Amino acid sequence: MKKVEAIIKPEKFDEIKEALNHLDIKGMTIMQVLGFGNQKGQKKFYRGTEISLNLLPKIKIEIVINDNLVDEIVSVIAKTGKTGNIGDGKIFVSTIDNAVRIRTGESGDLAL
Amino acid sequence: MKKKFKGLRLVFLISILMMVFAGVAMAAGADPTGASYATSTGQETISDVAVAASKAQYSANFVWVMITGFMVFFFQCGFAMVETGFCRAKNAAHTMTMNFMVFLVGAIGYFLVGFALQFGGSGGAAGLGTGGSVLNGMLSIPGLGGILGYKGFFLQSGGTYDAGIYALFFFQMVFMDTTVTIPTGSMAERVKYSAVVISSFFVSMFYYPLFGNWMWGGGWMSTLGKNFGIGHGAVDFAGSAVVHTMGGMMALAGAIVIGPRIGKFRKDGTARAFPGHDIPMAIIGTIVLFFCWFSFNAGSTLNAGDFRLAVVATNTMIAGAIGGLAAMFYMWAKFGKPDPSMTANGALAGLVAITAPCAFVNAISSFIIGLISGILVCISVSFVENKLKIDDPVGAISVHCVNGSWGVLALGLFADGSYGDGINGVAGGVKGLFFGDAGQFLAQLICFGVLIVWGFGVSYIWFKFLDKVHGLRVNPEVELEGLDLDEMGAYAYPDFLVVKSELDSFSPDNAEVKQSNKVKVSV
Repeated sequence: MKKVEAIIKPEKFDEIKEALNHLDIKGMTIMQVLGFGNQKGQKKFYRGTEISLNLLPKIKIEIVINDNLVDEIVSVIAKTGKTGNIGDGKIFVSTIDNAVRIRTGESGDLAL
Repeated sequence: MKKKFKGLRLVFLISILMMVFAGVAMAAGADPTGASYATSTGQETISDVAVAASKAQYSANFVWVMITGFMVFFFQCGFAMVETGFCRAKNAAHTMTMNFMVFLVGAIGYFLVGFALQFGGSGGAAGLGTGGSVLNGMLSIPGLGGILGYKGFFLQSGGTYDAGIYALFFFQMVFMDTTVTIPTGSMAERVKYSAVVISSFFVSMFYYPLFGNWMWGGGWMSTLGKNFGIGHGAVDFAGSAVVHTMGGMMALAGAIVIGPRIGKFRKDGTARAFPGHDIPMAIIGTIVLFFCWFSFNAGSTLNAGDFRLAVVATNTMIAGAIGGLAAMFYMWAKFGKPDPSMTANGALAGLVAITAPCAFVNAISSFIIGLISGILVCISVSFVENKLKIDDPVGAISVHCVNGSWGVLALGLFADGSYGDGINGVAGGVKGLFFGDAGQFLAQLICFGVLIVWGFGVSYIWFKFLDKVHGLRVNPEVELEGLDLDEMGAYAYPDFLVVKSELDSFSPDNAEVKQSNKVKVSV
């Protein structure tokens, strides 16, 4: 089992969700998050006082899937989410030890 | 066939019903155009005519004053929204409730004591009936003039149970409320709710009514013209001085005594921005205030037969519009964006400044007055924050104190002499310096001086006193956590996760803030 975490531009979310819907994924969790990357936010003014918007709003998608789907999902997100500009986001992949479906008590791949 | 017959029967029934209704209506003497209401019977005496004319005039006056009064009450909504929108989400319930509570306290304080001190010796308003003549109790200092009235406590003492006096009370009470609510803006996000309750009693019972008496209740500043030949005495049509500068001076004193919010200033003295959590709310509030301002100023004629009210309302519109526009372009040029919060402040600044001169100037002067206000408010916000190091979350000092004062002086410069004959007992129109009467400008300068001494001085002493005996400021832990839960027992947005910014925690770079409980916050 693998977990794919993708931090994306909020305006790209619908497009990515649609693209993922066509794949055989069993669920996804999304979060509104704040963060910064290499650019370290932007500088703006509020009432004439400089304000560093260190943290910009992003959306984080979490998907846990079977190992064989990982490459496809990652490439779909990377392709759909790309604008070519700074701030497009990042994708992280990690290994998951176990999963449990609370309703039935099933575990492992069956729980996905 | 049967179906068709049924349809015909229905049409027939409806026609009968319509004829019956028409008959009933005619029988009752109904008049679809209303033209017959005002026809003469041919039997009227001169006295009947006089009664009818007088009644028509007074009913127009009463409706005008009451309706504009109802709308000025809605100022409360505008202030609540502007202030809350400019504050952070963690203090929203506290800021919003404060703006409502000050009305509750203010209405009672003004009813018990304030109105009598302000208008107890004023003789009432000419447009609101003859009953005002019982308001004739004025305490005076010989050689100076009246300082306070003493009739009309609880709207009862001295035989003041009179419809015209009640109307005057209603209108003046909602005006007074603006002064009570202004300081809550400059002290927001750190002031104790209980301190604002106590302070609002002080404002509505003494602070506002005494100054109000001197300007509007027949007191000594209004009689400077009659007694000493200084213009028409100090003139303030709808309250740049009485309402806004008085509130603004108190906002200034309050912000100084209470100190800046934790983290507002860095150790090197530079300011951090604390963005407001709901700019749309603040903009709606500004529009509500703008709308109610037409009533605020035009209603101040206290007389529906004074056609000058159209000039007043139009001047108000022009000054507010150019004020907002000037601030918008100023911020746009200087910082690259048309800052929404400063655009709102700019419109309010223009409105505050035109409030005193609105009846005495023409549209071009209103334009100039508003234009200067829009620039003035931007410069002032920066000056207050960066030079004076005073933390004013909503810009109350720059909008109300600075531009209120500007409005008082602008009247002394731009009044064109076309209005104000007989005002404060002086014949002829009110003329400013640019139209040949330096005396009027002197009267306005005296008013400005009194605003500094009574407005700033007294409220500074008051807040120092209140800080000693009660405490003005919440504990630092409460301030960082947000005032909503600790002070009010309720979050403004319980269903939402309020994301705290990095400024909501102690930073080693924070300037030291002195707390009211004399515990220095170690940072």
